[in-house]
Amino acid sequence: MTLTEIRDLLQAEVLCGEEHLDRVVKSACASDFMSDVLAYVKDEAVLITGMVNPQVIRTAEMLDMQCIVFVRGKRPDGEMLALAREREIVLMCCDVRMFMACGLLFTHGLTEE
Amino acid sequence: MSPIKLKYTIDAGDLSRAGEASSKMKMSLRKLGIPPETIRRAAICMYEGEINMVIHANGGEVTVLVGMDEITICLADQGPGIPDIEKAMSEGWTTAGDTARGLGFGAGMGLPNMARYSDHMHIDTTVGVGTTVTMKFKVA
Repeated sequence: MTLTEIRDLLQAEVLCGEEHLDRVVKSACASDFMSDVLAYVKDEAVLITGMVNPQVIRTAEMLDMQCIVFVRGKRPDGEMLALAREREIVLMCCDVRMFMACGLLFTHGLTEE
Repeated sequence: MSPIKLKYTIDAGDLSRAGEASSKMKMSLRKLGIPPETIRRAAICMYEGEINMVIHANGGEVTVLVGMDEITICLADQGPGIPDIEKAMSEGWTTAGDTARGLGFGAGMGLPNMARYSDHMHIDTTVGVGTTVTMKFKVA
């Protein structure tokens, strides 16, 4: 699945990294707990979260993740956007809740790993 | 060839800034041509360590030795020490406060994660004096 497809399925707004939307990803992880993300992520390339702070970007960076989707209408601030741009991580935000975001992406082929 | 030494100071206080040293180390390891999977494991462990140092120990010093076959990360702080290492190593056990939890940490996974992702980990701690965590990673 491409990041463009993720954007369209979730009716998400791309906040940075538009130039990387053709990236192909196979799996995702959803959590508000960065400790768990660090513990359980293997090769998942997309992080789905309702948590908004710079440590979300840092966590994705350490794990070489390609894209972060903020659910429930959460929006990162300028500092987070700058950090994500620097690390070439795509940021999107959408209004759906985490359960629906996961359901939509899972039924269209995105898996856990 | 003697190992390349990298040093970082972890500042106390603002948890939202933690991770900068891990990010810098990651970039340095990339420049040195270390394989991505080794970099990833080392970065996760150092990041967990950095978060721990800010939450529990008012910061500290990190020394990274990059050798041909092995990377050693040594995190040293002068914090309160760990009274019960066995407890601290069990998943889910934490003494982190609300600030850490508010940022998505404090799930009691830090030290267990560091043990899981490193090839060898040793904790040297004295209550009231400080803690040194040494981790080794085979370069593969």
